Amino acid sequence: MDLKERLYNWWNERVDLDNLLAFLNHKTVPHHRHSIWYYVGGMCLYLFIVQVITGILLLLYYKPTAEAAYESVQYIMTDVPFGWLVRSIHSYAANIFIGLIFVHMFSVFLMKAYRKPRELTWITGVVLLLLAMGFGFSGYLLPWNQLAYLATNVGTNFAIMTPVIGDWLLVFLRGGTEVTGATLTRFFGFHVAVLPGIFTSVLGLHLLFVQRLGMSVPISIEKEISDGKAQREEMPFVPNFLYRDILGWTLALGLIVLLSSMFPWELGEKADILTPAPPHVKPEWFFVFMYQTLKYVPKTIGVFGFAIGGAVWILLPFFDRKSNRGEPNKLYTVIGVFVVIYMVALTLIGYLAPGE
Amino acid sequence: MADEKIPRREALNYLLGAGVGALGIATLYPVVTYIIPPKASGAGTSSVSAAKVGELKPNQGKIFKFGNSPGILVLKPGGDPASALGYVAFTAVCTHLNCTVQYRDDLKEIWCACHNGHFDLNGKVMSGPPPTPLQEYRVAIKGDEIFVSSEEA
Repeated sequence: MDLKERLYNWWNERVDLDNLLAFLNHKTVPHHRHSIWYYVGGMCLYLFIVQVITGILLLLYYKPTAEAAYESVQYIMTDVPFGWLVRSIHSYAANIFIGLIFVHMFSVFLMKAYRKPRELTWITGVVLLLLAMGFGFSGYLLPWNQLAYLATNVGTNFAIMTPVIGDWLLVFLRGGTEVTGATLTRFFGFHVAVLPGIFTSVLGLHLLFVQRLGMSVPISIEKEISDGKAQREEMPFVPNFLYRDILGWTLALGLIVLLSSMFPWELGEKADILTPAPPHVKPEWFFVFMYQTLKYVPKTIGVFGFAIGGAVWILLPFFDRKSNRGEPNKLYTVIGVFVVIYMVALTLIGYLAPGE
Repeated sequence: MADEKIPRREALNYLLGAGVGALGIATLYPVVTYIIPPKASGAGTSSVSAAKVGELKPNQGKIFKFGNSPGILVLKPGGDPASALGYVAFTAVCTHLNCTVQYRDDLKEIWCACHNGHFDLNGKVMSGPPPTPLQEYRVAIKGDEIFVSSEEA
């Protein structure tokens, strides 16, 4: 017996590799004209891993205090070898990550992949999006620059509108009544310990559900198959699907490194509470559609509108009975398209017509 | 092709392997260089003011900051506080396992509490596990300040 075989046998006797390999060899992914969307979730998973690795690297030099945070990021960007690259990758990948979670979510929505029996996959997925936005919001403050300081003031201020516990929630988030170094230290804790712990657990559930239920096939394709107009086709996960995944991941890393090299992420000015807000100050792009809405509607209506809208959105699989029966549901497609158009339009207005 | 030496699949596998290997190196190189921090300012300190003249009494020691590590300054028993010759200075980092040593006025020795290492006032090991003497620093007095500098400075 050669060494490879003996190693395999050693492990096989302990963790039943035969079984695992048989499982991997039999795992398949549906193959049809909408299959491309199946890769987006895997891409999000990959970007999360990139965030974990670059985040751990940043922890080697970052200092989470009001006195030292800005200077430590400056040190990373200017003195540490490849520090600019690590931080830029972390920032670019974070934004692409959130963008792709949106793409993933809307593709799932429009293909009605949330329908029975995948309601729990949908719910954990939306929770992951909210957690990712929490990552974005807390991470944005960590360089302790002026824009982040202002954005955190505005963002945390909404907490006060929460019924009953609003005041408490504001102090909980800020570590006091104002945004100070205490907020920074707290956000650091959220960003590197609390959120990663929760995110990883929910992600584990999400992946477990995906694995247990397999990929959803769109209703239209199911109908073509049952009408005999199309054949049910499957692609082996290993290696066919996985190789395509890896190819995409490699290209994504190349793109992010290219962006980071050509346009390293900016640091801005150090936070100073005496500096007034510059005109057209905006939150991070994934909050802009909500921020822009609040310019048109009263604050209370806007905030509770988004809270209720979010709650309905997360529970949609339970309302969409038609899709649950496997029938096409035009209404929900229209709702999904409307939400996408609304978010894209308001975001564009926020950027292109900042005075409006 | 009849004259094909390497099968097509094998050639592709080599190319793929080489590509993955190159990508791995291109990823690891920045990560590994990133982990090693740039030389910090302060680490290269060669001379510091360790104490003021008159701060130490004969048979007394003081730990001071020498760059990023501790040093120990001792005014010898019967030593002249106003003369550099009355003092000795060493690194305070024990040569055994890097604990910080201290001056024992009862023994008139430098002592490491971690594993009971004893050094005399020349830095030589008297007893205990330390393998080598403490590195000695030079002492000089300028005005009312006692300066300590390392030998290589």
